[in-house]
Amino acid sequence: MTRPRAIEKNLDRLSGIAERSLEQLRSLGVDHAEVAVGTGRELEVTVRQGEVELVKEAGSSGLSVRVVQDGRVATSSTTDFREDALSAFLARAVEMAQVSEPDELSAPPLPRELVKQWPDLDLFDRKTDRIGAARAIKLATAGERAALRADKRITTSEGGSFARSSGCSVLATSGGFLGRNAGTYQSLVVQAVADDEGGKKRKGVHWTGGRFFSDLESASAIGKEAAKRAVDQLGASKIETGKYPVVFDKNAARAIVGLVASCVMGDSVYRQRSYLAGRLGSAIASTKVTLVDDPLVPRAPGSRPYDGEGRKVKKISVVRRGELRSYLLDTYSARKLGLKPTGSGSGGGGVPHSSSSNFYLVPGRGAPEGLLKGIKRGLYVTRMMGFGFDPTTGNFSRGAEGFLIENGELTQPVGEVTVSRNLDDLLKGIDKVANDLELKTSIASPSFRVDEMTVAGS
Amino acid sequence: MAPKAKATSKGARRTRGEAPFVFGPEAIDEALAQQLLGKALERGGDFADLYFEYRRSASLSMEDGRIRTAGGGIDMGVGVRVVVGTAVGYAYAESLDPDEMMRAAETASQIATAGAALAPVAVRRRRPRNYYPVESEVVDLEGAARVELLRRADKAARKHDRKVKRVDASLVAVHKEVLVVTSDGTMAHDIRPMVRMSVSAVARRGKRTETGSSGGGGRFGETYFGDVSPEDHGKEAARVALVNLDSRPAPAGTMPVVLAPGDSGILLHEAVGHGLEADFNRKRTSNYTDQIGKKVASPLVTVVDDPRLPGSRGSINVDDEGVVPREHRLIVGGKLRGYMHDRISADHFGKKPSGSGRRESFRHVTMPRMSNTLMEAGPDDPEDIIRSVKKGIYAVKYSGGQVNISNGDFVFSLTEGYLIEDGKLTAPLKGVNLIGNGPEALNTVSMVGHDFELSDGMWTCGKDGQSVPVGVGMPTVKLDQLTVGGTAV
Repeated sequence: MTRPRAIEKNLDRLSGIAERSLEQLRSLGVDHAEVAVGTGRELEVTVRQGEVELVKEAGSSGLSVRVVQDGRVATSSTTDFREDALSAFLARAVEMAQVSEPDELSAPPLPRELVKQWPDLDLFDRKTDRIGAARAIKLATAGERAALRADKRITTSEGGSFARSSGCSVLATSGGFLGRNAGTYQSLVVQAVADDEGGKKRKGVHWTGGRFFSDLESASAIGKEAAKRAVDQLGASKIETGKYPVVFDKNAARAIVGLVASCVMGDSVYRQRSYLAGRLGSAIASTKVTLVDDPLVPRAPGSRPYDGEGRKVKKISVVRRGELRSYLLDTYSARKLGLKPTGSGSGGGGVPHSSSSNFYLVPGRGAPEGLLKGIKRGLYVTRMMGFGFDPTTGNFSRGAEGFLIENGELTQPVGEVTVSRNLDDLLKGIDKVANDLELKTSIASPSFRVDEMTVAGS
Repeated sequence: MAPKAKATSKGARRTRGEAPFVFGPEAIDEALAQQLLGKALERGGDFADLYFEYRRSASLSMEDGRIRTAGGGIDMGVGVRVVVGTAVGYAYAESLDPDEMMRAAETASQIATAGAALAPVAVRRRRPRNYYPVESEVVDLEGAARVELLRRADKAARKHDRKVKRVDASLVAVHKEVLVVTSDGTMAHDIRPMVRMSVSAVARRGKRTETGSSGGGGRFGETYFGDVSPEDHGKEAARVALVNLDSRPAPAGTMPVVLAPGDSGILLHEAVGHGLEADFNRKRTSNYTDQIGKKVASPLVTVVDDPRLPGSRGSINVDDEGVVPREHRLIVGGKLRGYMHDRISADHFGKKPSGSGRRESFRHVTMPRMSNTLMEAGPDDPEDIIRSVKKGIYAVKYSGGQVNISNGDFVFSLTEGYLIEDGKLTAPLKGVNLIGNGPEALNTVSMVGHDFELSDGMWTCGKDGQSVPVGVGMPTVKLDQLTVGGTAV
């Protein structure tokens, strides 16, 4: 689980830059400062119809800083680490703070609130950076080929893509915190296309991704599933407008969990951009709903050993059996709301804000197929589109596609409909949660069922 | 086309710019550019380009009447692209250090494996016409002057009504310069100023809380605020929040929808715009593939993408591949006339590149993208259009839209809308999603107003993870049938 020597050396170099920058900011007389320095490497390839379409390879670096002077805040960032350029940059940042207005809540955490040690969350895969363009092209090609061969009705593809990235980051604060972190990520995506009537195309997308290369699913499995998703949508049509029980598969369900996450952020709450403001301690969902934010899951995409302000992180129970137990709070939003910070700060070196880490709906018992049981006529949603959500009121209305459920079975594909219900009522209407949670994304959910929603169609 | 005129200073001098790649000791001359392009094409390839970018920004965010943060910074770098057929090799450097730029060129060159080195053509500097000359950029205003703009917006929103309980506002100004050098001999420099103000207001009555927002800007300088005052945005945000305090559940189902002029252009952007970006048609994954010359909309519909509107957010003097753009007539009288091309798709279709190649930054590859997507005015009186509807929806403001390119289904989400009953606007409605299918929806256009309006610049378009500023505009339009995603059945 140790990181390669080259990575530790790079982190040493970045720490040096961060500490020198802090020193200079101190000599410029700022009260508080946070400096984040990072480097990244990326490779991205796309293959379409068996031909290479894109090979992109690059390294990048950046330094961002937040300074607080008499409660006045400025943020800035640069990619130029040359000594004289950097010092001119820091001086400008301090100057910029004068434009801002004093806010006594903008100070960072107290030195004693900063964490000194943190766990190794196994976020760095030594193999990632070694994947070269040739290997990446092979993987993307295999994924696409599997899609094109999976079904005769697949007419073309928008390609197979493989991408890998690795990053090193250092956060140094005037309160004495010095955090070092490094991580990797890789993913493979395949997009298959089938021709439908009237010139319509049906696109099926599937992907795999993870911090460790060995955690990825096989390219052919991804390609086959992408093809299946395209073909399954052939002939999709609207259904009649009405009230239906709705089952969200884990992909669609994740989008809804994401909306809940956005409404428990401290920033949204104090800005009155959340319908969950003022609801701590009350029932906001059915008893089937338990939501947690867990930054400490080894190898997970949203894991972090410390937060963006240098605070200790821990697993937070946000909603427990339907009851809202906690918001996700950085220092500023916690002070605004008169609550304790939860170690959910993010954006070190910029304006700190609250953010989730691995935020998910805790799975229930039973396979997702069980959710269909007993539904005479309902909608099974696999994909949603649009921005139809108002966090202040909870009003929710989005485009949806999926399948019609008839007598407990999926029958025909459905498209071009909307599903609507206020999120507050939607969460209270969740009457079954399946066991298919997959921590492939930082916001995740198992499939679940909602007793009733308005579906607008024909 | 008669877009709402914005004050632009006609007499503005073409400035030389401030970017280190055009000015000072690190300036890129023809010889160095040639050398980099030569390196990029060392292993062969059909084409290569360099995209130098300098971006200086200044932003302010005001929360509840107080400036919480002043931000800003400079980002600069160069992207190197090598094209072999439809394959692209791409790399970038975040500095003008000749060694680093050479390394990027070398990395990009590796896409070409077996080919003779291609010598780039001698570059010639181009001076495209400037559609957004700006004398005094907002990014250069004193901090106090920028704070004052936000304070005026904040004050106007609060003064509008006692029910307005909270106001947040932001002002982002950017001075961007690009220098594009291509292996077929173009060297073009473009200064792209941008300003954007956003205001959002929270109104409360009893237990009910609602929000409203307003925003705008474009490739303008200070003069923008002479035409549209910060007070206008403040009041508008407050007005929408108050309207929403009285909103009631929207109906669900298929019905006539009347789109208000201006922002409704987002419908075009989603319903037809993306599907006509030529990359999807080259790949045969768009529902508009092979539809050129065919009827894809009602005969009343003429849609253009025009990158040359003075000061508009989506305008560009030269595209990000060095091509001087022209107006694209996409749909004329309901018939599909053409796609929007970048160099790769133009080559594929045997067309001349039309200047639609855009990218988010030097860290990104170009793709065909929209600029300002507009529907031309028609003959109808907007009031007659509303009067013609027995029961339907009048759609005014939106939070955004999305399209599924392959099947043509699109959605756009309302933040201000009204019920039409017996030809009159009655109750305001809670936010809903409207959903339709591109060609099917545009075939139901039955009336087009004479009141074309350009949306005040606030839209950003996302595609394949890249964001670029765009403009939209249209007159009042009636669609006979669209699905309205309300909750009331």
